[in-house]
Amino acid sequence: MSESPLIPILIVSTALFFIGMFGLFTRRNMITMLMAIELMLNSVNINFVAFNKYLFPDKLNGLFFTLFIIAIAAAEAAVAIAIIINLYRSHTSIDVEDASEMKF
Amino acid sequence: MNITTILFYLIAACILGAGILAVTSTKIFRAAIWLLFSLVSVAALYFWMQVEFIAAIQIVVYVGGIVVLIIFSIFLTQQSGKEMPKPRATKTISSLAAALFGFLFTCNLIKHYSFESAIGKPFDSSIHTIGIQMLSTQEHGYILPFEVISMLLLAAMIGCIVIAMKKESTQ
Repeated sequence: MSESPLIPILIVSTALFFIGMFGLFTRRNMITMLMAIELMLNSVNINFVAFNKYLFPDKLNGLFFTLFIIAIAAAEAAVAIAIIINLYRSHTSIDVEDASEMKF
Repeated sequence: MNITTILFYLIAACILGAGILAVTSTKIFRAAIWLLFSLVSVAALYFWMQVEFIAAIQIVVYVGGIVVLIIFSIFLTQQSGKEMPKPRATKTISSLAAALFGFLFTCNLIKHYSFESAIGKPFDSSIHTIGIQMLSTQEHGYILPFEVISMLLLAAMIGCIVIAMKKESTQ
């Protein structure tokens, strides 16, 4: 390929980020909101890897950030699902509209 | 328009199509499966960029771990064949407008920014180099974040058990 494919990759990751944002706005079910957050984290990972490969190929910092983001995403998903299961036990529903005790 | 470019657009179409279906499907189990396809396509994009280690980690952690966890929690918390209620039309339209505005704004910024391309330098992302640098205590080593993230994973594991544990004394 003659020219760097950085710009198309950035546009794909931007589109993926805003798809995740759209899902986070429209969904009211906690598990599907968690899925939208996973999509957004993936778009950030694509950005880190693309910037590292096409702008700073002599360093590896973007790859390490991607690895750490994946580890944090795994921890976050595990804790979120524990919270969701606990919420389901007390409310028998995982809709965010039903958990309104702390709403002012 | 060579085969590499065509492959990239194919992978991009898979990522975005599966992503859109993952956030709009009304059956929650299907949404989880579309998320799975989107994450596998992201791994394919990493393979296309020739960062094989990240692609392998993506498949192992996301596809093998997080999606399986999400599917388990779907089975535990609701009937997977049931249709979810559709969001209100005003909410859908306003979220679509917000997402579209953000997308076009960011694309505009990307188009007009001149990135300093560095084609000539070699890109060495072999597992050997990554491993040496990750556990190195020299200037560009990542040993401290590595240790901190292992503490974070331990804390998350204990936290999950404590949060999801049944409280016998209160019943």
